[in-house]
Formats: sequence, structure tokens, C-alpha cells
Amino acid sequence: MVAIVKYNAGNIRSVLCALRRLDVDATVTDDPSALRSADHVIFPGVGEASTAMSYLRAAGLDTVLTDLTQPFLGICLGMQLMCAFSEEHDTPCLGMFDASVRRFPSGTGDKIPHMGWNTISGFDDPLFAGIARESYVYFVHSYYAPLCAGTIATCTYADTSFSCALRKDNFRGVQFHPEKSGPVGERILRNFLAIR
Amino acid sequence: MLAKRIIPCLDVRDGRTVKGVNFVNLRDAGDAVELAAFYSRQGADELTFLDITATVENRGTFCDLVRRIADRIDIPFTVGGGIRSVSDVGRLLDAGADKISINSEAVKNPSIIGDLALQFGSQCVVCAIDARRNPDFDTDGTEGWEVYVHGGRTPTGIEVVSWAKHVADLGAGELLVTSMDHDGTKNGFAVDLTRRIGDSVDIPIIASGGAGSMEHFTDVFDRGKADAALAASIFHFHQIDIPELKIFLRNHGITVRIPQETPEE
Repeated sequence: MVAIVKYNAGNIRSVLCALRRLDVDATVTDDPSALRSADHVIFPGVGEASTAMSYLRAAGLDTVLTDLTQPFLGICLGMQLMCAFSEEHDTPCLGMFDASVRRFPSGTGDKIPHMGWNTISGFDDPLFAGIARESYVYFVHSYYAPLCAGTIATCTYADTSFSCALRKDNFRGVQFHPEKSGPVGERILRNFLAIR
Repeated sequence: MLAKRIIPCLDVRDGRTVKGVNFVNLRDAGDAVELAAFYSRQGADELTFLDITATVENRGTFCDLVRRIADRIDIPFTVGGGIRSVSDVGRLLDAGADKISINSEAVKNPSIIGDLALQFGSQCVVCAIDARRNPDFDTDGTEGWEVYVHGGRTPTGIEVVSWAKHVADLGAGELLVTSMDHDGTKNGFAVDLTRRIGDSVDIPIIASGGAGSMEHFTDVFDRGKADAALAASIFHFHQIDIPELKIFLRNHGITVRIPQETPEE
């Protein structure tokens, strides 16, 4: 069973629809025991970091999530919340990844948010098995995780090369939206579900 | 590099696509979900669905349709048409839409843009602007344009560039700019208008209205500096096929996403 973490962030329905298209049974839950017993956990997110973190802390989900041991995938804001800190309203986050999330610089001539299809490269992880370099995936974000030891895929925007995927042990996160990235995104989700 | 986006637009009435769409290889081209899936396979980067249902009673069918689209389609999509309130938008986003587009209501009540941005985030708020050339708004050397509402029938007395700046300041995440003078002509996009608006705001611009050839797309991306281009009938009537268009654009130095059939196993 795949568990999708239920909290106050958008795009849960999109992720659920994407899993249904793969004929995968998924449950949307904030119940700690259901999260602990799931084979895979997906942590989606569209929204603002401080509001999401307050909600997770109040619900006691912060420690539940960091203690999980099965394959875990954060998406977009989900990935940013897995970092140590976010510049968005100076928010301490969950800290699975040793990285500090920053806002894209303005004045580069590139519009913010980074929205649309961009290419990803430089990966070496089962999450990207069968994905050609320079494949296009769909992004919508104004904040990014810098390159760091956990970087498993990179993308460049606003003169900034950033981590579009991170990994630490069982925890993975992607900045883009695999659930909205056509066949490439579908393959990445299937790859994640194949990780044991 | 961020790709320029190609966006087919589907008009929907009572849950069915309109404009005699001619697709021999689809079981039911009137089925918006079938047509959307077709465009998605062809490499469309996003889809836009406009509800042109005449009666309020039938609006519920659009929400059902949005739910069916979200079940099936794995690229982003925007829905619009007849949105009057924050709760209308909440229903459409809950049904699975990624973005909503708002037009007449924004002119009537501009504060709704800020309300939507605050509640759902700017990234899902597309402000549609319909414009017509109006010499009364000319300023030294530049052509003036006026904002119209109600499908281009009603003038508002508002100058278009000032309106674009205003809605961007209020929190719109993207502008869908349609020249009603170019729409349906197939003589090309309003390139100068697109560029002027794009130069005056720092949010993405989707150009719409007037696409008739592949060169028109090159032009609106190159000279017009559009981030995305939207068209309807030239795609629906197979005058331009999206895979062919993307290759043409790439060969003319425009960054586009050309999806592989399926990623290698």
C-alpha cells in the first residue's frame, strides 16, 4: 500500500490520480500507524512553507515523517520541507536533507516563479532509471534547494544551478511534479514504487 | 532551458467540446477527455478548457468534466469561463484543475485576484485579458489597446498595459492575452501588443488569437517574447499538427519540449 501524507497542501488529488493511472492502490492519511505500515510514502505539496510546517508540527506529523524507514518521496514543497531550513518566511523544516532552501534571485531576466517544462540532468539513482538526460519535466516554484551532497539531479534557472532531486538514505525528494510531467513523470513514479 | 509552451484550447458546452472538431482517429472528438488525451500524446505542454455553457444550471457538468480530465490527463491544465467567486475556483481546483483563468469578473471586481492569490497561490491564477485596438488610447508613437469583456463584446474604457500591470500587482500568476482583432483571422498573433505587455510585467505571458501558420508561432516567441502560445481551431482542424510545429520551432532556434514516445525501459 502507498500512503500519501494528508496535510494542508494542494495537489494531493493530482498525485492520487497519477497513482490510479498506474493501477496503484493509495490511501491519503495522516494516521501515524498507517504511515509507518505503508510500503511507500509520498509527501506532496503545493503551498507555503511556514503554514505547512505549523500544520505538520501541530498534528505531530513532523517526528512521524522523519522516523519513517520505507521509501519516501517528497514532491515540490514536500521536497523543500524535507530540507533543514527554508528562506520562505524563515522556516525551520524537517531536516532529512542537509540543505537550506532559497528564493531564486530576481533581476536575471528570468521570470519568477520558475514555471513550465525544463530539462533535468546529472542523475545517478534508481529513481531515474530509463530516463534520458535532458528530459523535460514540469516545474512550478519560486524557491529552490542549492546543490549539495544529497543532489541526485540538477536543473538550471535564473542563472542558478539547483537540486531538482535530493536523496538521503530512504528519503528522496523532487522539485518538479512527476504527476504532471507526462510519460517521463509516470516513469519516475513507477521507478519510485519499484524501490524496496 | 525553460521551454516555450504550446497550449491547445478547447471550448466546452454542457460537458462537450464544440467547434466541429474533425478527428477521424478518435472515437468521440466531442468528448473533451478523449481530445485532451490526444493532444497530450501529441506533445501539448498544457491544455486550456473554457466553459461556454450558457446556463448556470449546467455548470455542474463542467465540474464533473474537470474531475474526469484530472483522472486521465498527466500534464497541467487550466479551466475558465464564468468564474464569479472564490468558491467557484475552490470547486474547480478541488476537482483537479491546476490553474483557473478569470476574465470579466476580474474587471468587475479586481480584488478577487488578490483573494484568489492569497487563498490558492498566484501560480494557479491566470488573468485573461481580451483587447481591441483603440486609437483613443494611442500615445506618442505607440498603438493603444482597450480591454474588452463578455467575449470581446463590451468595451471597458481601460487601457490594456495599465490593466496588465494592475492585475500583476494584485497577484495574477500569468496573463492570457487575446487580441480580439486578430482572433479568428489566421493572420498572426498581435506580436507588438504581446511584447509591450510582456515588457511591462514580470509574470509569464500566453499569447492568443490569430495563429494561422507555424511562422506565426516563431514570430510571437521571437519578436513577441511570449512564454506560451495558445490556439484552438488550427489544431482542431489539423491545419497544424503539434509534433510538426514543435520540430519547426526547434529548427528556428526556439526551445521547445519534444517528448519521446515513451522513455526507454
